Amino acid sequence: MIVPLEHLLYLGALLFCAGLLVAMTKRNAIMVLLGIELMLNAANINLIAFNQLYPDRLDGQMSALFVIVVAVCEAAVGLAIILGVYRNYQTSIPDQVDELKER
Amino acid sequence: MTLFKIIFYFFEAVAAASALALIFTRNVFYGALLLITCLLAVAGLYVLSFAEFVAVTQIMVYAGGVLVLIIFGIMLTARLGEKPLVVEHSNLFAASIVGIALLTVLCLYLRVPYKSNSGTPAHSNGIETIGINILTEYLIPFEIAGLLLLIALIGAAVIASQKSGEV
Repeated sequence: MIVPLEHLLYLGALLFCAGLLVAMTKRNAIMVLLGIELMLNAANINLIAFNQLYPDRLDGQMSALFVIVVAVCEAAVGLAIILGVYRNYQTSIPDQVDELKER
Repeated sequence: MTLFKIIFYFFEAVAAASALALIFTRNVFYGALLLITCLLAVAGLYVLSFAEFVAVTQIMVYAGGVLVLIIFGIMLTARLGEKPLVVEHSNLFAASIVGIALLTVLCLYLRVPYKSNSGTPAHSNGIETIGINILTEYLIPFEIAGLLLLIALIGAAVIASQKSGEV
């Protein structure tokens, strides 16, 4: 390990917080989806980084592969839901889909 | 400063910069491109962390699949002829407090030094080991992942192709 492990972990923490901020602040469903993808990748960075501590095992890399699979499923289903909502409400802003909300 | 370190910190800088730019951008299309830049830089970091198979999977899945899906979504939800899709920001105060506080806590916690238990460079044939692992120790999770992908794609197709008259 030429570079200290902490530098990868700091990047993971930064990416997770950036994803959280994106998912919280943006008023567009697609941007929220992008933030969630960023958070899943931050988790993956940690899995890969800690796998370097045990070079004879590959459990971290296998977990990272399964996380990627779940992230793809989430992106596909999420975009389909966004398209369905857009067709019914003509908007992709989550706050404007408030038919059930008491006015 | 070896070449390895220069490349490593270059990829880290690219990933961090594009993630920070994603927070401040207001254009959804630029946001998608910034996300892909960030994920490709992370794939470079995976290569430098001896995880070649995960890096190749990351590039194929995100640059090939998710980018196309997201751009499809942007094109289909933006009305033609209007100005590009611009995003408003909301909850700025609460979100920045939460984000900065979480980052501070994580960085404080990360100051514990991690010791490597062996200095040997990683396995020489990681991809072969992953292939054997998939078909022996991780066979059931692998099959379940395949089933999950199938169900998710069928569900996405059904949801996206629903006519507004039907249920």
